[in-house]
Amino acid sequence: MLPAMAAKTFDGTAGYLASSDLRDAVNVAVDLEKPLLIKGEPGTGKTRLAEAVAEALGAPLLVWNVKSTSKAKDGLYVYDTVARLNDARFNDRDIRDIRQYIKYGPLGRALLSDERVVLLIDEVDKADLEFPNDLLHELDRMSFTVDETGEVVTARRRPIVIITSNNEKELPDAFLRRCVFHFIAFPDEEMMRDIVRVHQPDVEEKLLSSCLVRFYWLRKQPDIKKRPSTSELIDWIAALRRAGVPVERLEGELPFVGLLLKKEADVEALINVKTGKVRSIRQ
Amino acid sequence: MFSGFFFHLRARGLKVGLTEWLALLRALARGHERANLGTFYSLARSLLVKKEAHYDLYDRAFAEWFGGLEDQYQLDEQLLQWLENPTLPRDLTDEEREQLQRMDLETLKEQFRERLRTQRERHDGGSKWIGTGGTSPFGHGGRNPQGIRVGGAGGGRSAVQIASERRFENLRGDRVLDVRQLGAALRRLRRLARDAGPEELDIDETIDKSAKNGGEIELVLRPPRKNRVKLLLLMDVGGSMDPHADTCERLFSAAHKSTHFQAFRHYFFHNCVYDRLYTDISRYQGPRTDEVLKQIDKSWTLVLVGDAWMGPYELGAESGGIAWGMSTSRTPGIEWLKRLAERPKASAWLNPEPRRIWNAPTVAVIRRVFPMFELTLDGLSAAVDHLRGARPTLPEPGLVP
Repeated sequence: MLPAMAAKTFDGTAGYLASSDLRDAVNVAVDLEKPLLIKGEPGTGKTRLAEAVAEALGAPLLVWNVKSTSKAKDGLYVYDTVARLNDARFNDRDIRDIRQYIKYGPLGRALLSDERVVLLIDEVDKADLEFPNDLLHELDRMSFTVDETGEVVTARRRPIVIITSNNEKELPDAFLRRCVFHFIAFPDEEMMRDIVRVHQPDVEEKLLSSCLVRFYWLRKQPDIKKRPSTSELIDWIAALRRAGVPVERLEGELPFVGLLLKKEADVEALINVKTGKVRSIRQ
Repeated sequence: MFSGFFFHLRARGLKVGLTEWLALLRALARGHERANLGTFYSLARSLLVKKEAHYDLYDRAFAEWFGGLEDQYQLDEQLLQWLENPTLPRDLTDEEREQLQRMDLETLKEQFRERLRTQRERHDGGSKWIGTGGTSPFGHGGRNPQGIRVGGAGGGRSAVQIASERRFENLRGDRVLDVRQLGAALRRLRRLARDAGPEELDIDETIDKSAKNGGEIELVLRPPRKNRVKLLLLMDVGGSMDPHADTCERLFSAAHKSTHFQAFRHYFFHNCVYDRLYTDISRYQGPRTDEVLKQIDKSWTLVLVGDAWMGPYELGAESGGIAWGMSTSRTPGIEWLKRLAERPKASAWLNPEPRRIWNAPTVAVIRRVFPMFELTLDGLSAAVDHLRGARPTLPEPGLVP
């Protein structure tokens, strides 16, 4: 059976506020030794979560950025055949020792590590459809064989695996069954207030309130295709403060709207919103 | 009561498997729910529900099952009771059976009893599981942005109230259709194959060739894998489709944006396909249907979008298209549809109208020509499965009542 419930638990960090159900999801995933699958709108801090978990649990973080060409095996190791062929040809090195041509990937390194690490498999949905299925065996058993040397690598400490997905593709059911899943909902106004304060501790209450009102209003506009997210809000507030824009001006207009809306079509859509509230849009 | 919840979730259409259920039991045995229904709500959700599109289904099922029971609900007791006499679904897969054996419910029960005893002995001020003022890392006092009551802090809303709010309704797979999700569904159509110019190093071939060459390295390159699917999209822009214009536009832009197809062509039609297809419906411009048909072979996949709702004469009568000024030939619409269906490798008809009105005469006729799917995420997903020739991964979405 499993050892007693993990001694250290995740409770968010000073720089990362986690909702209580997210904290619970992290802790149950860590305790049951299951991968944690995180989804959510862009800008809800999916990738940052892994950093925060690593920080809170005092574990090193290994990041595997998945690309459309990534293969599951690349995460374990790559056998650099070309280098070996080359060495053989020019007699550069003793090529009998294959091990020097085995380069471990992030998952391989996570399993080899002596201490428990946090492994972030970022944007798993970017890769081929079969990619998650190919990972299942290694994630279940936490061991793999290097075919070329016959060496078996088994995790001494099971890594904490955090997987993020942007919903580009559906993930296979067999993969989903093994994960703990959490969908990060877009923060509500109250939570957002706290998040902004983490980044801008001395922000004026009045400015923050007006910004939030405008921000959530903007997000509700149906014609806006790419809705602004947390990081854009934070940048926007920072810009407003640096420029010393008085709060009153936010009533009638949206200064620096380019920081919130990144698409030209969205800026146009905003101009077209006939609420009468927004009279001028300044870039 | 406990297994009741499991069966209830399944009855409500949530595909909860035994793997997930056993994971929940393990989590409960290890005290993760902290004897609190609010925590149980999110804990069970994180282990049983794997798609945000199903969150709403879960919320409803949860509220139905636990509604009115919050106060007398003793999770620990209930779970122990269940462990004494576990009832499990009969339709287990082999994988599930094997897991059940590995799980060993006896050990689980012991572990659980042990925890309950420890919990009772060291109540408040204890350090292990729950309790107020303890050193347990959990405790309450944290504010929950979603408002789920954690621990005993008053003033919060109960788990059932939260579940009843159905905050995730707009994430439902049978409702939402944004471009991104549509694009994701369409991407599953892709079929990878190698062609086009050489780019990647083919290690195996390189080794073979070099060995045959007596050790002189000879690099072999091969083309990278590319999607070979060709998609022909035909969309109805007839008057009865106006309410769905938005959805269709989104589907269109998803298909258009998805650069994964080897070829993508789209045309419009008005109510039914006749001897012309349109690239610009307002000016009646576009190629002849038989010209398009000539270019379509078995490497193509055909998707039609329309409500299949028209006057029976528009579909069956020789002059059906002529009446609308849509056609100059006397071939009835249904004949054109049949010709279209014969050409490509596979075809599907996406209907934005709900399934319950598909018994209308013209819809029923068209369904005999094209497999029809609802224009929802689930429906599109099923259509893509059908087009790929795969067995459907989703059962009929049980998103009733």
